[in-house]
Amino acid sequence: MTFFFQNLINALQWGSFYALIALGYSMVYGILMLFNFAHGDIFMVGAYIGFGVATGVTALASFGAIVLPKWLILVLTIIISMFLTSFVGMLVERLGYRPLREAPRASAAITGLMIGIILETGNLALLGAQRVRFPTLIKSETYNISGVFVTNKKIMIVVVSLMLMLALHQFVRRTKWGMAMRAMAFDFVVVPLMGVPINTIAAMTFAIGSALAAAAGILFGVAYPVLDPYMGIVFGWKAFVAAILGGRGSILGATLAGFLLGFLEIFVAMIFPSTLRDLIAYSIILLILTFRPHGFFGEPYSARLRL
Amino acid sequence: MRKSWVFIISCIVISLIFIPSAWCKTKTIKIGINAPMTGDIPKVGEGTKYAAEMWLEDVKAAGGIAVGGKKYPVKLVIEDNESKAESAVKVNTKMITEDEVLVIVGPQASKQAIPAGEVANNYKTPMISPWSTNPDTTKDRPYVFRGCFLDPFQGPVLANFIKGEFGFTKAAVLYDVASDYPKGLAEFFKQAWEKLNGPGSVVAFESFTTKDADFSSQLTKIIKSGAQVLFTPQYYNEVALIVQQAHELGWNKPIVGSDSWGSAETVQLCGKDCYGLFFSTHYAAAGAKGKTKEFIDRYNKKYGYVPDDVAALTWDSLGIVKTAIEHVGKLTGNIEKDRKNVRDAMAKVKEYDGITGKMTFTEDGDPIKCAVIVRISNKGEYEFYKSVCP
Repeated sequence: MTFFFQNLINALQWGSFYALIALGYSMVYGILMLFNFAHGDIFMVGAYIGFGVATGVTALASFGAIVLPKWLILVLTIIISMFLTSFVGMLVERLGYRPLREAPRASAAITGLMIGIILETGNLALLGAQRVRFPTLIKSETYNISGVFVTNKKIMIVVVSLMLMLALHQFVRRTKWGMAMRAMAFDFVVVPLMGVPINTIAAMTFAIGSALAAAAGILFGVAYPVLDPYMGIVFGWKAFVAAILGGRGSILGATLAGFLLGFLEIFVAMIFPSTLRDLIAYSIILLILTFRPHGFFGEPYSARLRL
Repeated sequence: MRKSWVFIISCIVISLIFIPSAWCKTKTIKIGINAPMTGDIPKVGEGTKYAAEMWLEDVKAAGGIAVGGKKYPVKLVIEDNESKAESAVKVNTKMITEDEVLVIVGPQASKQAIPAGEVANNYKTPMISPWSTNPDTTKDRPYVFRGCFLDPFQGPVLANFIKGEFGFTKAAVLYDVASDYPKGLAEFFKQAWEKLNGPGSVVAFESFTTKDADFSSQLTKIIKSGAQVLFTPQYYNEVALIVQQAHELGWNKPIVGSDSWGSAETVQLCGKDCYGLFFSTHYAAAGAKGKTKEFIDRYNKKYGYVPDDVAALTWDSLGIVKTAIEHVGKLTGNIEKDRKNVRDAMAKVKEYDGITGKMTFTEDGDPIKCAVIVRISNKGEYEFYKSVCP
């Protein structure tokens, strides 16, 4: 039983990352009908920006002789990096996708792949191929709850991710901007004619998605403190799977699918030999998609409207 | 009339292109370095490059390599294999066919060295991999050599060490199933361990694939299996993640590694989590004597950090290459003939006294040399613990 709970906790942490990144995919896909394949690399950029901010804030704190507790540095790092990375997202939208808005969808998807490669190799050129160690912002403490080992980091990661997801949900449900986004997701052609500024909404979608990816990147750095320029590729693919599985543009769907992916990967490895982990986990997802081609919460007609 | 002019002119142009290069070839000895400058293990590539540049400095200071009383200048062709098998093959093919190198040093990791060795052997170009410990690299390839011991030797060394040091009987293994080196070594360790402690004594044999960052489910399984020690023959970037996650999941028993831990970056990435752990390797920097110390000090002064085993093995491999070229007797200028002569000379090298120990090649092109067990000290240094000879 402890074995099961231990894996449950591991899966919660692992799923949080997929869910956070999948949200960015899902929003862009839902609102602009666009596969933003560069999103995994924005996650990587976010992690690196977080690394830079964390190092900078720590240095500033020690210079200015202000005593900042470590958790405050972490909170500051998350907020500042989310802010900075959202500009990276807007830049990607402005330079990469906006000029191609009228182009065939395939061209836009290819653009995403190219932007991803540019971000990876740009990072390689800027910082070199050396691995970077993410600074230790919170001291790892392990709690032993009758045989199940939980660290303060794991709790923090799951709580922060859930808070961000809830905040996004509230934003989309309660604000005027959120309403504009939902309307845009409903109809891409008519809604702009009603006076909803498509460029602003597109930029905002990218900004929010990238900010979430940055948060995921920093939390990832806290849990797995080795960063490298290619860390976003496979992660991006898998989060993309979660976004599709969740259903187009559905926040709840992307969140649930992200956690489902995490659970599948961890529990498949728990039962079967770990070599077969991805083989079995993704075969199951293929099976789910066969029976629910629009994902958990996707609406069949919305796809027809656009294409 | 006009056509014949065109023909004559193009003849002249073509011969102008080819003659000087043919004429240059006899003058310079080109040595190819096939190294992972980018990709998964860039620190390994850096060590390779730095050691090679230091070696070239010495050769230049001596006026080149002396063959048959004549000094030939040396040029290094350093190419990046991106830490990928297919790129390593491409790099070798390019260096052999376009750059016309005499000898190739590298690739380092078995994942690249095994396929790249095939190319070198097919083109009959001598190649020496300083760091590849998988037997397949040199097996049935007369033109391929290596500068280090083999995994079938390293596996039993580690099994014996753990048994002798701690007296454990149950071990767990965690390795990357998609990479030749960890996969090979994990299996050799398993064989050796089960020979010592009987079948079923490897209680967990878990794997993952390259680029994975989360090992929690494998580690949870390993902890549940009741293993007394975890063996993980991984590269330094994964070591940091595995060790930290194991500790966070409540594992407080020893973790033992192999020579891939020996990079200068392991401790930097892993931090305090790695202190007190053991691994087997080719040489220990802390407490070195004689010319090993000389090499370490010089490298440290020049590049600002203590060289890892890759740098030391690359240094020795280049030393062997130099000795072999000196013993050829005469460079004919025919690159194919020279390559064969260098290979034959290399196979005959006896008791080469390198900084990682004395080396004599077996028929397969593998040196017979000792392994060292290193303990990561509480200051993060690699301390000599024990020497194990075949």
